[in-house]
Amino acid sequence: MAAVIELDGLNVRFGPRDILKDLRCSMSGRAIGLLGPNGAGKSTLINTLLGFYRPFAGTARVFGHDIRTETRQIRALTGYMPESDCFIASMTAVNFIRMMAELSGLPSDAALERAHEALFYVGLGEARYRRLGTYSLGMKQLAKLAQAIAHGPKLVVLDEPTNGLDPPARQRMIRLIREMRDTNEVSILISSHLLRDVEETCEEVLILKEGHQVHYANLEEERRANRRFLELETVGGDNGFADAVSALGCECALTSAHRMKMVLPESFAIRELYRLAGERNIQIRRLSYRRDSLEDIFLKAMESTNGRP
Amino acid sequence: MAVHKRSYRSYAGALTPAWSRFTIITRYAFRNLFRSRMLTAYFVCCFFYPLGCAAVIYVNHNLSLLTSLNIREVLAIDADFFMHFLAVQSAFAFILTAIVGPGLVSPDLANNALPLYLCRPFSRAEYVIGKMAILLWLLSLITWIPGLVLFGIQASLAGAPWAWANIGLAWGIFIGSAIEILVFSLLSLAISAWIKRKIAAGAALLGVFFFGSGLAQVINAVLETKNGYLIDLGNLLTTVEGSLFGHANPVGISASSAWIALLAACVFCIALLERKVRAYEIVVG
Repeated sequence: MAAVIELDGLNVRFGPRDILKDLRCSMSGRAIGLLGPNGAGKSTLINTLLGFYRPFAGTARVFGHDIRTETRQIRALTGYMPESDCFIASMTAVNFIRMMAELSGLPSDAALERAHEALFYVGLGEARYRRLGTYSLGMKQLAKLAQAIAHGPKLVVLDEPTNGLDPPARQRMIRLIREMRDTNEVSILISSHLLRDVEETCEEVLILKEGHQVHYANLEEERRANRRFLELETVGGDNGFADAVSALGCECALTSAHRMKMVLPESFAIRELYRLAGERNIQIRRLSYRRDSLEDIFLKAMESTNGRP
Repeated sequence: MAVHKRSYRSYAGALTPAWSRFTIITRYAFRNLFRSRMLTAYFVCCFFYPLGCAAVIYVNHNLSLLTSLNIREVLAIDADFFMHFLAVQSAFAFILTAIVGPGLVSPDLANNALPLYLCRPFSRAEYVIGKMAILLWLLSLITWIPGLVLFGIQASLAGAPWAWANIGLAWGIFIGSAIEILVFSLLSLAISAWIKRKIAAGAALLGVFFFGSGLAQVINAVLETKNGYLIDLGNLLTTVEGSLFGHANPVGISASSAWIALLAACVFCIALLERKVRAYEIVVG
């Protein structure tokens, strides 16, 4: 799959302070998560990709376009939902989103049509003729999402999309992001400090700490790999069970008399374990896959010294 | 993304030319501006004086009317007439700028809307030009456009010899108005970009002219010089316009100094805009 975002030794400096330090990564997932504590550089990275800040050293590419020289092309392919409240309070939602779509290059009629569609899509159809200044926080977030997608970009950048949302509104936002991701028509870059949001929506994750890249993980691959690690707790029988399992091609290690960990081969079917247990009159009391959650990955990444892995 | 389908789809239709996008901002701003009845009424008032001038020119060339009133000539239609016209319309233009200008950039800054404009294929320069175009249009409609219409009326009534002999007046009307519009627009945009509150920005614009004029007088009196006029924008504009109509300013500075000072003011305003019109401010340190 072609890279959506490539970071090539990217360094961003404000005055004497290095904000982003030598980021190197290639991300090609449909939904990419940017994780990190406050001040890690997530928003700075987004703003640099959009051309708001100039790199001090290195560069980055979005769909192959260099951020140093092809900012306009990148912006033409991108929709951006900022973290802070951004809107023109005196405009109605439909007029505001129409204007934003026109600024992205859509003709006036097409922009109007897509403004209506985008507002219906995010669930603001009934409120589209209301002034943005009268919207609640959740509605403003949805309006920001609508303006980011109205012109049909190839990459949607969402900076803390669930900030300040109550649980139902958050669920709605997450569902919209997942729906967009699953259309395969758009790539999504989500910056968040909420692990759950990223875990529920993203396929890849880049973790930043103090401007350093501390971890990059393909969550889909990790989830697939985790499915091969198994923990088993049995009652009855003897150690012969472990040998029998090993004979089927599993790597097996006993952690206690009735507990074992195993790595399953690619084509191994779990029913084989139940069959072996049945033959040996062994009860399988617990069978669990290793679940290296994003929280584990994140905490491990945060343990690294000075933000370095 | 049809309404009934409610699913995301990208856009693959035609796009507008990149050069024309600044006009979108201007179009939306105009739609918003003329919702205000007060502004619309004031804008209409700005045409009363040009209409009066047109009537004077017409009466001046209507021999039968003049004879019946036993008047030889109402007013001489010469450089003074057009300079006076420009001075009156400049006052209207300044007030119009003070009403419209502060509301151009400051609401976008107050609402943090700049990242939404600038994350699109739309540059900071286009944003400023789009906003400035609003004032350029409005001020043009009440200064050089009626000025040239009056010149055209006079030329058509007085004949080609008068037109050729006074073609410099047309040039003076256009250049004098253009520099004035440029200064008013850039100054109001710069102030609007630095002061988020619309009312405060309007007050600051008035302050720049009136406080500048007062400060210039103080500098001149204390230092016994004329260089204080260099910070008096009103005097600078009068000097430049006077030079275009062949009048030297008897008390102020030279026309060339006034030109240089006005250009410096424009450059300063552009620098202020360059610093402030950004998606996000960079905090250094």
